[in-house]
Amino acid sequence: MKKVYFDSQKCLGCHSCEFACAVEHSASKDPRKAHLEESKPIARRNVQLVEGMCLTVACRHCDPAPCVEACIAGAMNKDAQTGEVTCDTDKCVGCWMCVMVCPFDAVKPGEIYTIKCDMCPDRDETRACVQACPTSALFEATAEEFRRIAQERKQRAGQVELKR
Amino acid sequence: MKLPHQKSADPATVRMLDAAAAAGLSVAWDRQEVMEPQCGFGQLGICCRVCTMGPCRIDPFGEGPSEGVCGATAEIIAARNLVRMIASGAAAHSDHGRDIAHTLLMASENEGCDYKVKDDAKLRALARELGVPGDGKDLRRIAHAVAEIAFAQFGQQHGKVVFTSRAPQDQRRRWERAGVTPRGVDREIVEIMHRTHIGVDNDPVNIILQGVRAALADGWGGSMIATELSDVLFRSPGWVRSRANLGILDPESVNIIVHGHEPTLSEMIVAAAQDKELLALARSKGAKGINLGGICCTANEILMRHGIPLAGNFLQQELAIVTGVVEAMVVDVQCIFPALGPLAKKFHTKFISTSPKAKFPFAEHIEFQESKALEIAKRIVRAAIENFPNRKTVPCVPKESQELVAGFTAENIFTMLGGRYRPSYRPLNDAIMSGRLRGVAAVVGCNNPKHCHDYGHLTMAKELLANDVLVAVTGCSAVADAKAGLLSPEAAETYAGKGLQEICRAVGAPPVLHMGSCVDISRILVVLSNMVAEGGLGESIADLPVAGAAPEWMSEKAVSIGFYVVASGVYTVLGEPLPVQGAPKLSEFLCGGIEELFGGKFAFEADPIKAARMMIDHIDAKRAALHLPEPMYEVPYAPRAGEELVAAAT
Repeated sequence: MKKVYFDSQKCLGCHSCEFACAVEHSASKDPRKAHLEESKPIARRNVQLVEGMCLTVACRHCDPAPCVEACIAGAMNKDAQTGEVTCDTDKCVGCWMCVMVCPFDAVKPGEIYTIKCDMCPDRDETRACVQACPTSALFEATAEEFRRIAQERKQRAGQVELKR
Repeated sequence: MKLPHQKSADPATVRMLDAAAAAGLSVAWDRQEVMEPQCGFGQLGICCRVCTMGPCRIDPFGEGPSEGVCGATAEIIAARNLVRMIASGAAAHSDHGRDIAHTLLMASENEGCDYKVKDDAKLRALARELGVPGDGKDLRRIAHAVAEIAFAQFGQQHGKVVFTSRAPQDQRRRWERAGVTPRGVDREIVEIMHRTHIGVDNDPVNIILQGVRAALADGWGGSMIATELSDVLFRSPGWVRSRANLGILDPESVNIIVHGHEPTLSEMIVAAAQDKELLALARSKGAKGINLGGICCTANEILMRHGIPLAGNFLQQELAIVTGVVEAMVVDVQCIFPALGPLAKKFHTKFISTSPKAKFPFAEHIEFQESKALEIAKRIVRAAIENFPNRKTVPCVPKESQELVAGFTAENIFTMLGGRYRPSYRPLNDAIMSGRLRGVAAVVGCNNPKHCHDYGHLTMAKELLANDVLVAVTGCSAVADAKAGLLSPEAAETYAGKGLQEICRAVGAPPVLHMGSCVDISRILVVLSNMVAEGGLGESIADLPVAGAAPEWMSEKAVSIGFYVVASGVYTVLGEPLPVQGAPKLSEFLCGGIEELFGGKFAFEADPIKAARMMIDHIDAKRAALHLPEPMYEVPYAPRAGEELVAAAT
């Protein structure tokens, strides 16, 4: 499965991903109208400042996922094939155990059931946040691809250090 | 989360921040924290909202778009955004100047006007300078002619703004060569708006030059008119003793705070607060009297002319209300938080807006009209007095307040040095030439919750003083120094180097000279011109061993000031960078290439000690170029060797 990864060196903290996420989860899906809707759309992403660095935080679909392990209602599931962590809203009882155990603060208590990144089920292609990111700080990749990118960067950084 | 002492270097502010937090109130610092992280595109200046093909953003990392829909690059976008900041800043200062000119015109036309010319000598001097026969007996006629000329500067379409002739010839030639001599104040601002419209000026340097032109129209036009005509109308400031900080608020009196910028309002409030009838009314309500305090530049205006104490600077506006003893916060224009309205509702404080140009949520609007000035001022003071019995909360007034001496102007500064008998700039120039004084620095500008409140101003001033650099201050920087006691003559004993100490002892002056409000930075321009004219320190302002800084700036006015000061030949260090860093070539121009044109340039440095040392390096480089000796006495930050200085200066 392709997950959404994040490059902290490129994030400028513009909150575009937050905005796009909220619009994607609105009824109209129109950036000019979404904020006027009766039940305000909620972003599944949150841009935070951590130790002087911008981080955009959303569900990382962990493996193993603490929220799945903690769910007493069996609403939180990890899809064996895609690896996606989903919340079955029919089963969710709103006990917020998932909110408490999430190490990334990426699961929010909604009015009735849990709100978290759902990988934009209404979209076929690129996720809303990835598409909205103006610096490509957010990008989609498989775990394998991400590992390769990270490895390459490490090597490049090493070379720069050697040159110095 | 920052702790209170990391938010402010001022103990009274720290105390009030604790009080605000305990009461569950959110103030600017809290709102700033919630705003983090702030958008990098805005900080880098590479977001364009000029037309609706956009908004466009340039990816500074080179993977996303490198140009807007119209093809504007990061350089073009950043330049356009920056000069629009100048347009707004210059407009703010100049509209203030226009209001003062209008008031003088009114005073000259109508004998019964509440405003009168209070400074005959200044009026006559100005009249001579402007070519109006200034020796006539009819003062009102002279005032009328001067006001008309000043008024005309705003709408003037050709020629040059009249006060630019005060600048040294060399500086004026530089402006001519670069094509930036300002024609009329409004015209230059309008031209910025035209040039930054989609598809007009797309050469970053050419855009910046128009910004310079408007900024010069501010510094040597709008702001200077505001200063000069305020002196004529309300009297030129003289040295006054007063106090500063929230501790000046008196729980037993009716406390009125004037906040904003234009002295037309605050002057009348000062007059109304001394009205016998109103004082009696205050006493009848159980108050000891009427206690007036100021915040922001209007505070500086009435401090300089009447010795009215300073309640605080920009970031203390909300905290003043949190004390719970402010009966009325009276505001006009500029730097007034809209947050004051909802905050005042939680206390008994009446938040009174007065300008038709500036209305606020939850404010009571008592519109100020110059034609009925005193009457309206009395109404405002009466409203405050009647509000005295309505206090809701236990008073929480910090005890801190400091002695200060203020009231220095381009005219009186050297009566102080030369004496009444022989007022002259000679002693200052001589002191610099002998090395007793290393140079002069202006530390000005706002507060910004991104920086520890007042810390930049104080740390920088102290570092400069210790190194025998005389410091001139205005605006919120002046208030910061006042609160820390730097404006008292005794401060020289504690903070100044030996050379500066000798001078302060000899003339009884404080080592930091309070020169007024932010429009009064025009006074500093006149001082610099006079120093050049006095001789011995080069041919232009760019040759002088001087530097400027705004360690905690935040407003668009500060951008305009920065540009007119740089274009007047002064090296200027900003604590918060201009939002152009997403445009590397433009940044390089502002911190380098611009010097070839005007003799001044910008530098960005957040650490006030480092920034002060950059200023000192610049001062030393200028001293070396003038073949002046090294500082007379040993200084903690010793001059660097010749080659190092040249390297630092380039």
